[in-house]
Amino acid sequence: MKYTLEIITVITILVFAGIFAVQNAHIQSTLKPGEEAWSGADSSAAEIIQSNGYTPWFTPIWEPPSGEIETLFFCLQAALGSLVIGYFFGYYRGKAVRD
Amino acid sequence: MHIMEGFLPWYWCAFWFAVSLPFVLYGIYLLNRLVKEHRDALPLLAVSGAFVFVLSSLKMPSVTGSCSHPTGTGLSAIMFGPFLTSVLGMIVLLYQALLLAHGGLTTLGANIFSMAIAGPVVGYWIYRGGKAIGLNTFVTVFLAAALCDLFTYVVTSLQLALAFPAETGGILASFTAFAIIFAVTQIPLAIIEGVIIALIFKYIIQSRPDILIKLNVLSQDQVKKIRELSI
Repeated sequence: MKYTLEIITVITILVFAGIFAVQNAHIQSTLKPGEEAWSGADSSAAEIIQSNGYTPWFTPIWEPPSGEIETLFFCLQAALGSLVIGYFFGYYRGKAVRD
Repeated sequence: MHIMEGFLPWYWCAFWFAVSLPFVLYGIYLLNRLVKEHRDALPLLAVSGAFVFVLSSLKMPSVTGSCSHPTGTGLSAIMFGPFLTSVLGMIVLLYQALLLAHGGLTTLGANIFSMAIAGPVVGYWIYRGGKAIGLNTFVTVFLAAALCDLFTYVVTSLQLALAFPAETGGILASFTAFAIIFAVTQIPLAIIEGVIIALIFKYIIQSRPDILIKLNVLSQDQVKKIRELSI
């Protein structure tokens, strides 16, 4: 079959999204007010370390001043990457058609 | 997998910098050689680097109720090996440390080691091993990329456990605690990453099999077999 890998990819993502939807519904219904679900694993680890009395000895030189600006840089990162991927796959495809 | 800025005692920061530095330096040497000898492979190097950029920016929710991100380093590890991947990974980690306060400059050495060296080394050898025993190419790529991702997070857990052993149970107890946060969260993400990289690999085989043969990633026979299968 021509599109086996594409189909497997789509199914994997759908299963993943389905599990998230079910689990999220469950988590949201048991969440106490003021609590936030789906935080980052990086900060969970930092919490454990700090709860043992460790204080970080160095702080970031620059921090995105708000969540929006942080999102901006994350999007920029993804956009730059996608641009490069799209450019070269398009270039190869065009070349293959011409030759 | 990012260890946050200042979250490792200074001697551990120094240790991981010392471990990572030779890999990155040799990677830069190989990069120079690639630029001179295999110019036609540079677009694929750019694509692999871009892949690390895209995948490591996607924070996804996982079954443990927290979010984490794939690493995307598997593709470059398979095609270019762990040394060149360490250079690509360093660029991404620097971007995130400087602009996003994600990871950090003091912990850069430790983060390079987990994401851009240890994971890719595992991915590279799994790919080579699978190729040697004649395993289906796409299954091999899936396993290499997924385990490259997962092992990165195992190493992060180990790095934190070594720096912060638990009062009762020591390093092992502490490793278990960090591994639950990082490695278990990562399992579903690693599977997705493996599938996506296998798909991208298919497109690369379709468009430039000649470069993959030149880089000794695939043999002529393998390419012929994959083309006949047309999956």
